[in-house]
Amino acid sequence: MTLEYLQNYWWLLISVLGGILVFLLFVQGGQSMLLGAPTKERRDLIVNCMGRKWELTFTTLVTFGGAFFASFPLFYSTSFGGAYWLWILILFSFIVQAVSYEYRNKAGNVYGTKTYDTFLFINGCVGCILLGVAVSMFFFGAQFTVSRGNLLDPGSPVISQWASTHGFEAIFNWKNLILGVAVLFLARMQGALYMMNNITDDPDFFNTLKNKALVNGGIFVVFFLWFLAMLCTATGYTVTTNPDYSLNVVETPFKYFHNFIHLWWAGLTLLIGVVAVLFGLLKSCFSNHWTKGIWFTGIGTFLAVISLFWVAGYNDTAFYPSLLDPASSLSIRNASSSEFTLKAMSYVSIVIPFVLAYIAYVWKSMDKKKLTQEELETTSHKY
Amino acid sequence: MDDLMTVVDWSRWQFALTAIYHWLFVPLTLGLSLIVAVMESLYLKTKSEKWLAATKFWMTLFGINFAIGVATGIILEFEFGTNWSNYSWFVGDIFGAPLAIEGLVAFFMEATFVAVMFFGWGKVSPRFHLASTWLTWLGASISALWILVANAWMQYPVGMEFDPAQMRNVMDNFWALFSGIAVNKYMHAVFSGWALSGVFVIGVSCWLLMKKRNEAFAVRSIKVGGWIGLIGLLLTMWTGDGSAVEVTKHQPMKLAAMEGLYHGSTSQSIVAAGIVNPNKTWDNDEDEYIFDIALPYGLSILAKHDPSAFVPGIADIVNGIDVNENGDTINTVSYAERIRLGKLSHEALRAYDLARTNHDEAAMAKAAADLKEYYPYFGYGYFDSVDEAIPPVGVTFYSFRVMVILGSYFLLFFIVALFAVYRKDWLQRHKWLQWIAIVSVPFMWMCSEAGWVVAEVGRQPWTVQDLLPTKAAISEISSASVITTFWLFAVIFTVILVAEVSIMLRQINKNSQKNLEIDNAH
Repeated sequence: MTLEYLQNYWWLLISVLGGILVFLLFVQGGQSMLLGAPTKERRDLIVNCMGRKWELTFTTLVTFGGAFFASFPLFYSTSFGGAYWLWILILFSFIVQAVSYEYRNKAGNVYGTKTYDTFLFINGCVGCILLGVAVSMFFFGAQFTVSRGNLLDPGSPVISQWASTHGFEAIFNWKNLILGVAVLFLARMQGALYMMNNITDDPDFFNTLKNKALVNGGIFVVFFLWFLAMLCTATGYTVTTNPDYSLNVVETPFKYFHNFIHLWWAGLTLLIGVVAVLFGLLKSCFSNHWTKGIWFTGIGTFLAVISLFWVAGYNDTAFYPSLLDPASSLSIRNASSSEFTLKAMSYVSIVIPFVLAYIAYVWKSMDKKKLTQEELETTSHKY
Repeated sequence: MDDLMTVVDWSRWQFALTAIYHWLFVPLTLGLSLIVAVMESLYLKTKSEKWLAATKFWMTLFGINFAIGVATGIILEFEFGTNWSNYSWFVGDIFGAPLAIEGLVAFFMEATFVAVMFFGWGKVSPRFHLASTWLTWLGASISALWILVANAWMQYPVGMEFDPAQMRNVMDNFWALFSGIAVNKYMHAVFSGWALSGVFVIGVSCWLLMKKRNEAFAVRSIKVGGWIGLIGLLLTMWTGDGSAVEVTKHQPMKLAAMEGLYHGSTSQSIVAAGIVNPNKTWDNDEDEYIFDIALPYGLSILAKHDPSAFVPGIADIVNGIDVNENGDTINTVSYAERIRLGKLSHEALRAYDLARTNHDEAAMAKAAADLKEYYPYFGYGYFDSVDEAIPPVGVTFYSFRVMVILGSYFLLFFIVALFAVYRKDWLQRHKWLQWIAIVSVPFMWMCSEAGWVVAEVGRQPWTVQDLLPTKAAISEISSASVITTFWLFAVIFTVILVAEVSIMLRQINKNSQKNLEIDNAH
């Protein structure tokens, strides 16, 4: 296993985790519909449906961060320390999510159910948009510089420097927000489809969800196509890394479009992903009782996201372009961990199929019996 | 950065705040999950509904606590990036691996099976449910393993070498991460969680006895919690002793600060209780303590398992004086010399960088050789005076005593609790014992937190021992940003904590009014 091979392998794993994370954001999508639900019974249904999966989304986010830290520490160091406010706001939205499920219906929760439902709503909307913004910077860049020599500057020993707005400039960049909004409506569409699959005894709610899936799916498609158009016409950086880890950077018009062509398998994966999402959405909305749409849109989402990560990182592309100093951009070559660490971590990654297998087994076992209002009234652990 | 030290101080406060809040919930997760798993196993073995009722009672409290532990945990991981970005680059090649493994191996296990634990009743077989409960406990324990391995590595950095071309450390031995410090630290932390949960279970159960609700249930719970707590506490003490020996070897300055000891000696006594003199410094002649009760030979035994051994004090370490096993005085590297060598290592790294830019192979080789020689003192190169390299003595000294004194008290607590609970109606009749058990609960948290204060304040000023001080580990952010986020976190954590405590108390009150005495055992 060469270093180059390991870097490619770990970018693949990062893209897989990213794909799973975006799929699992259906939990946030469901939460974002909470305040619009007309009755307490329906809000309870939404929360208890989503609440049995929230830990998986949360854990995937943590593992995504941990894997990035382990495999591409320069990204972790540069992005988290630089886009400080972006990541802090993401964190805030996830802190309030974690406790809200457990506390919302418990006696003595001090602030009342509505407060916790509002927290879940905030996490559902803000979490999705800001994660979309964070991923968008992989394509449209960020305002930072990297200078390793700063390590020896006692007055300011930090190697990565960022614009003084520290992440707010990224949040209010309309290009980033396009993807953020697309992710929100994708999550809402998937949240509706998941509930159609998981809640059985309320035909009225089923039809409401169907409408929600169609409307949110439609908005998602518009924003996603907008994002794709921007992506394919964007100028990216083609980079090669020197032995001293400095970069040769060439600005390349239509870089990502070229990547989709050159990495034809990434383009094909995106196409299959988009078709699967559209199929799952449309069949769900125009059939009377079909509930398997979430699986098609889920797989489609996963495929589309991993293909986007591939064109961001492969084919000598800077996966974190610097808008202030192109030579400071991050690529999977100059931002990665050492060969030893990547190799050690690769051995650990052998457990991933086992992890996925037991998650799938548990998911199937738990969802075999669909959620009903009656179960909520009798269960010993209700959110 | 024009306000470097303000950013450093507030970043430290923010991380300390997050860690202290996180550790309020984690030990209860580690221990209560075990207690619940044992109770559910007894249910499956005896088929008695009384154990099922007990399992569900404690599982509810586990769930309330679990969520907030998860919430505060994610912040800690991300704060390494947001507030300690230089650290993340400097040692990310080593430190990132345990965090990723933690997520992959432990978090998913915990997250997947905790859902079965809460919602799987009647949906999966009883055996699968029990397995899920044990796997939740295992996931939590494995998670602790990796984060504590990572923490221990910061205190005793091994298994890596410095790569001057990238200006960072790279791993060269994965298994070196499992050092003596790591093993002791892991066991010490996890077993202390068992002890804390034992105290919690006994305290809550005694409240039920006082209210005369479900007394047989309370007695059963005290037996399970008491034994797990006692075993946990004994193992905590054993591994604490191991930790002291490891600290003596690798962080002698921390040990000296824990003891408030400036001038060491052979057959060194230990201060059982005392007040350190706040005016004492390593280079003045003031007394070390305003008041102290010393136990002869105590520190020599604790530090080196030898009553006649020499234990150096702060001034000895600063001046580079130690005594070997034969009783001969030997010179170690003084702190002034370490600072000089540290600055030489910085110069060597600058020279290497310049030579690399000029493609001067010979100069690169020479600079690399110099750097290798001086690198063990790299972190000292950031200091201008010896005082910067000494940890806060008072906080470390008092925290250590709080931990040890309360830890010893809880040994007595468990012995008395178990003695009382196995004598017919003894605990039920002695209300004062019930009161003591209830009042003791918050002190166990104090004991547990004090342990972390010793570990983390005692290692200052280092983020990575000898290599990276906190002031070189930070992110390039404004002090206003960090101060704002500190207060945001402080408010939100407190808001959540108030809710958690309130819900816990209400759940205990509400659930204890149900009949938990059903017994259908055959």
